[in-house]
Amino acid sequence: MSSATVARPRPGPRRGRIRIGRFSINLRDRDTVVYLCLAIGALAFPTVADFITGGEGGPIVLLAADAGVYVLLALGLNVVVGFAGLLDLGYAAFFAIGAYTYALMASGSLGHTPLHHAIHIPFWFLLLVGVVIAATAGALLGAPTLRLRGDYLAIVTLGFGEIVPRVFRNAGDWTGGVNGLSALDNPVIPYWISGPWSDPGSPVMVIKNLVFSVANPTAWYVLMLALVTLSVVMLNNLRKSRLGRAWMAIREDETAAQAMGINTVTTKLLAFAMGAATSGFAGCFYGAKLSLVSPENFQFQVSITILVMIVLGGMGSMPGVIVGALTIYLVLFKILPDAPNQVHSLLATTGFTGIDQPHGDWPGLGELVSRLKFLLFGLILVTTMLLRPGGLIPSRAEIDVERAAKESATLHQEGAQG
Amino acid sequence: MDGSPAGTAQDSAAAAQAEEVEDPAAIAARDQAWTEGLMAVRAGMVGNRWVRLLRWVVLAVVVAILLVMARNIATHGLAYFLQTVVYGLAGGSLYALIALGYTMVYGIIELINFAHADVVSFGGFISLYMVTAFGFKEGVVNGPLVMVGLVFITAATMLLCGTLNVTIERVAYRPLRNAPRVSPLITAAGMSFVLEGVMFLWKGPVNNHYPDLIPAGAVTALGTTVRTKDALVVVLALLLMLALDTFVTRSKLGKAMRATAQDRDAASLMGIDINRTIAATFFIGALLAGFAGTMYGLYFGNIVFDLGFATGLVAFTAAVLGGIGNIRGAALGGLCIGMFEAFWNSYFVSAWTQVMIFVILTLVLLFRPSGLLGMRVPDRT
Repeated sequence: MSSATVARPRPGPRRGRIRIGRFSINLRDRDTVVYLCLAIGALAFPTVADFITGGEGGPIVLLAADAGVYVLLALGLNVVVGFAGLLDLGYAAFFAIGAYTYALMASGSLGHTPLHHAIHIPFWFLLLVGVVIAATAGALLGAPTLRLRGDYLAIVTLGFGEIVPRVFRNAGDWTGGVNGLSALDNPVIPYWISGPWSDPGSPVMVIKNLVFSVANPTAWYVLMLALVTLSVVMLNNLRKSRLGRAWMAIREDETAAQAMGINTVTTKLLAFAMGAATSGFAGCFYGAKLSLVSPENFQFQVSITILVMIVLGGMGSMPGVIVGALTIYLVLFKILPDAPNQVHSLLATTGFTGIDQPHGDWPGLGELVSRLKFLLFGLILVTTMLLRPGGLIPSRAEIDVERAAKESATLHQEGAQG
Repeated sequence: MDGSPAGTAQDSAAAAQAEEVEDPAAIAARDQAWTEGLMAVRAGMVGNRWVRLLRWVVLAVVVAILLVMARNIATHGLAYFLQTVVYGLAGGSLYALIALGYTMVYGIIELINFAHADVVSFGGFISLYMVTAFGFKEGVVNGPLVMVGLVFITAATMLLCGTLNVTIERVAYRPLRNAPRVSPLITAAGMSFVLEGVMFLWKGPVNNHYPDLIPAGAVTALGTTVRTKDALVVVLALLLMLALDTFVTRSKLGKAMRATAQDRDAASLMGIDINRTIAATFFIGALLAGFAGTMYGLYFGNIVFDLGFATGLVAFTAAVLGGIGNIRGAALGGLCIGMFEAFWNSYFVSAWTQVMIFVILTLVLLFRPSGLLGMRVPDRT
């Protein structure tokens, strides 16, 4: 570049950057800002929840820990759908496999099965076991399917998602059938240093065998936060790796990717197994937290919920997916369940109780609102794909593609005019 | 290639010569074998060693199941067997009608139209609404009036479903025709949920009773009862399928549909209006769906909002089994799957039927992705 070219503004002192030792945070980078906001929000959440509810924040914090499970699931499905461009409609199956793995290996359940011998393996080890088992299931399912074109994967996973809960329901001898398995072990940390950070005003001391239980919501919350952070870091590194770039190449153009020497079958299989592994991971946590698994928790609706989360947030964009997951979780588990009561009270105060009474086919407005879930999900999927395919926070690749399309359109126009 | 360490110049020259001598025939043969192998793998005929091993295992399991079934058939007697066949035919023709919609749409735009089975159940809901509006109930009005009314209701349902499906295509699939492959699949799943959501809003999660309006006659032979509705479903479905087959092979629009399915760009260059042809395909598929929805209600006597979910999975399996994109294949696949379901329900545990149908889907995809009649080999894009 010669000095005759128009001088760009010199980088100069880098504005909008915060340096902490080796790390520098670029405040002008959108993703960084979103991550930063999420991190601050997540750290402040338990305190804020306690403050707002006047010390009764426990249930909300537990709910937030559950939201973390969905964030994990969404991050995992994002690898399959967002990075590799494969549609997985039975993602809850791997979630179920992870949860049942935990349920069988960390409770007295196996004692009631034909095996007659209960197993109690620690949670921390089972997290890994769940990952391995779910990934294996994913590879076994993906191997016959991924040799064919991607569409078949959608229908096969749809079937798998329908079948796995059914198998768990039918195989009552092993899985407790419809009732599922309950009284699962709580995770235990052998030693823990307790202090003002775990309970305001308590002295610093070493506790033996810190048990994660319902009485201890903050512990669950912190554990969940740690797992989510771990997954975000790992998946982000994976995204930037050679494998991650191969996934995106396949997503954009499979034939071109193959011509570049990428083994498409293996690469797709890895994406699929990676997604399944994350799901199994989340399943283990979910089983441990709920201390109960039943086939009803892993229906098709769960799979579609996660799909809606990533489509809304932005396929392939990790901050987007996290935001999408939290939004949908809030709508699904807080706003929608509360809505009928709100409608009831609103109609009662405004005097329109007539449209709240069921008659004939009309179930009453409150009841109608409680039935909105399916329609809402369908509409989110369709309208997002049609109007804003990149989702709320599009991934950078998506932005680049759109910009390139716009530029080429302008060039075309200019060419036509000139 | 060169196994020996760096030798004399003579050595390497000889090696080069040997290589050269080996070249033409050997390379041609290797290429030939490679190409054939590749084609075979593509056609799903041969996989690697493990797939071949697995094939024998699967074959053994299938034979074992057939043996057990033969024993069960022998113990239950002939009448039970024939009755199962009747149920299988009736259920199978309904599945065939639904599978046709999947296979036609897949054949022409290579999209799994997840919303199709929900169009079927939507058809059931529409016709149930009309039946109720006309005041038809079991035993209240009978005779020719009901039959005329039913014909009218079925026709109206079919047309409404056709319009609905064309609208879905226009709104949700056409704008994404050049988008990444995963996009229309997601809108298809979304449309499926929109339809289910509308039906859920309308009727809630309950089973809706559908009045049994078909005259209650029955013919009994060899201890087997064939009710009027069994015969009616099978005969009407067969007639519709024949009509469809004639339409696709003989009519001009049918020819346009086949041309578009083969090569969209070439068809467009030949002056075929692609958008219109695709819309017509959706319309015709949904006509069959509307018919199947009405028949489902009349035959089984109740419909529920998420009926399309399980039915769609079975019908899609039927389409894949017959060879996706192949219309006669879908009809055959539907009958096979219907038979399988009836036999499994009759002679084994019905709780595992869905699981077994899913296993069939996986096995077909593993060993013969082109299906029973499929000429079109699904490419590996």
